Amino acid sequence: MSTPEALARVGIAPVYDSAAPRSRALEEARALWTYRGLVHELVVRDIKVRYKRSVLGVAWTMLAPLLNMVALTLVFSTLLKQQISNYPVFFMTGAIFWAFFSQTTSTAASQTQDSNEIAKRIYIPRSVFVASAVGVGLVNLVLSILPLLIILVATRFPIHPTWAFLPVAVAVEALFAAGVGLWLFTFASRFSDVREMYMVIVQTWFFLTPIVYHPAIVPAKYRYALWFNPLYYLVQIFRKPVYDGVLPSPALFGMSLAIALVTFVSGWIYFSNRADRFAFYG
Amino acid sequence: MSSVILLEKVSVRYRIPRERIGSLKEYAIRRLKRRLHFDEFEALRDFSLEVSGGESIGVIGRNGAGKSTLLRLIARVMPPSTGRVVVVGRTAPLLELGLGFHGELTGRENVMLQGALLGFSRAEMRRRTPRIVEWAEIEEFIDAPVRTYSTGMSARLAFSVATDAEPDILLVDEALAVGDERFQLKCHQRMGEFRKAGKTVFLVSHALSAVRDNCQRAVWIHEGRLVRDGDAATVADLYHGWSIGERVALPQGLLEREKTS
Repeated sequence: MSTPEALARVGIAPVYDSAAPRSRALEEARALWTYRGLVHELVVRDIKVRYKRSVLGVAWTMLAPLLNMVALTLVFSTLLKQQISNYPVFFMTGAIFWAFFSQTTSTAASQTQDSNEIAKRIYIPRSVFVASAVGVGLVNLVLSILPLLIILVATRFPIHPTWAFLPVAVAVEALFAAGVGLWLFTFASRFSDVREMYMVIVQTWFFLTPIVYHPAIVPAKYRYALWFNPLYYLVQIFRKPVYDGVLPSPALFGMSLAIALVTFVSGWIYFSNRADRFAFYG
Repeated sequence: MSSVILLEKVSVRYRIPRERIGSLKEYAIRRLKRRLHFDEFEALRDFSLEVSGGESIGVIGRNGAGKSTLLRLIARVMPPSTGRVVVVGRTAPLLELGLGFHGELTGRENVMLQGALLGFSRAEMRRRTPRIVEWAEIEEFIDAPVRTYSTGMSARLAFSVATDAEPDILLVDEALAVGDERFQLKCHQRMGEFRKAGKTVFLVSHALSAVRDNCQRAVWIHEGRLVRDGDAATVADLYHGWSIGERVALPQGLLEREKTS
């Protein structure tokens, strides 16, 4: 009988050897690339299922931020008398940014059960579930650009050439969201209450981040607290090109990119080194 | 020979907390109080097996004997705690249809997703779909939502997807019991074709007749240990005899365990 080693040398078939030394982070990355078709299918499934029986369909994704915007514009511009010119545009940029981050990360946190059902029976790299959460978030983000454009036109707000920077800002945010998603997925696969806990955290985080308000209204003696909030930097590189019409400063952009990279790389390494254990927690 | 499976002194241990701790809060509290106790449960113990291409192997044993764990090891869903698992060749488990799906999606959409789970690209699956649908004999219903399918229809489609994937190693876990005579016969034929093509089939089943009909070799697992490995009919008879109370020599260590439990 030919040994597995001999067969592997001839290269006739893929080989799985549980005892082979390997870099788990690299292996996971390679597997994710192989299964990119599955990520695509999962994103399509999510969007199809969500809209299959609803009347408004995809329009709902666009309507929700518009309704929110109207409500918050009323609250903030009349009640708080906050001095922000063209509040609808200010809010919409922040809201789109926030919707992407909160949706992506909470989906990643809540997908562990669904993924266990599948991954208990067949080998798939579990990072496909985090990747598909990011994918669904990106599709919704693109869809919500339309209501933003409507507001821009309706309020005669100029469309700055700096819009061209937006894809870069989105990429950095996606990297950060993926990193947070990987950490959450790993925790959530061990402990079932992580998901609920994160819902509370995300709620609080929303109000601690300058999404609906301008950072200037934070009293000067507390403003340093914002520096510890990664989303404080990320929301700015997203908002500046659209709302202020300027590119983020190199320092701001560098800070954002560094935060995103550190979160993602650490998340990836932690996730892939824990991936073996997921099957035991299911 | 297109596939080889090698298990060397494999053990799989699950760590089961003595009290089920599912929440982070509880875990933190107990950790602080140093009150974390685990029981170890060995699903497989010192298990060795060698299988070459072209064999079809029945896996029999009682519930909880470790049969599904064995399949999970081969499917690389789970790593061994100790020992070594080597699998040469592409494995495909026979998945129940609807796994990871929504009943709202059509049969065709399900096939696409099932294919993606097996690692196929979209283009590849589009090419394969007509043949899959034809074998499953559900041409008329392929664009209807899967929630409208009968159990038999789902099983046919699932079997068709898994076997059309042309894996070197097919893993079947208790899935052939559904479906009518004709379907059973078609499955039987297709597994025969598989063997002739030098491919390996693992069949976990409580139906000893299915093992006798489809396999030449069988392994009997009891409490995570290999009891017998040999000709399917012989092992199936022996297992049947033991189940109805005949005396069968079990490996060392198992017999005493039997008495005490």
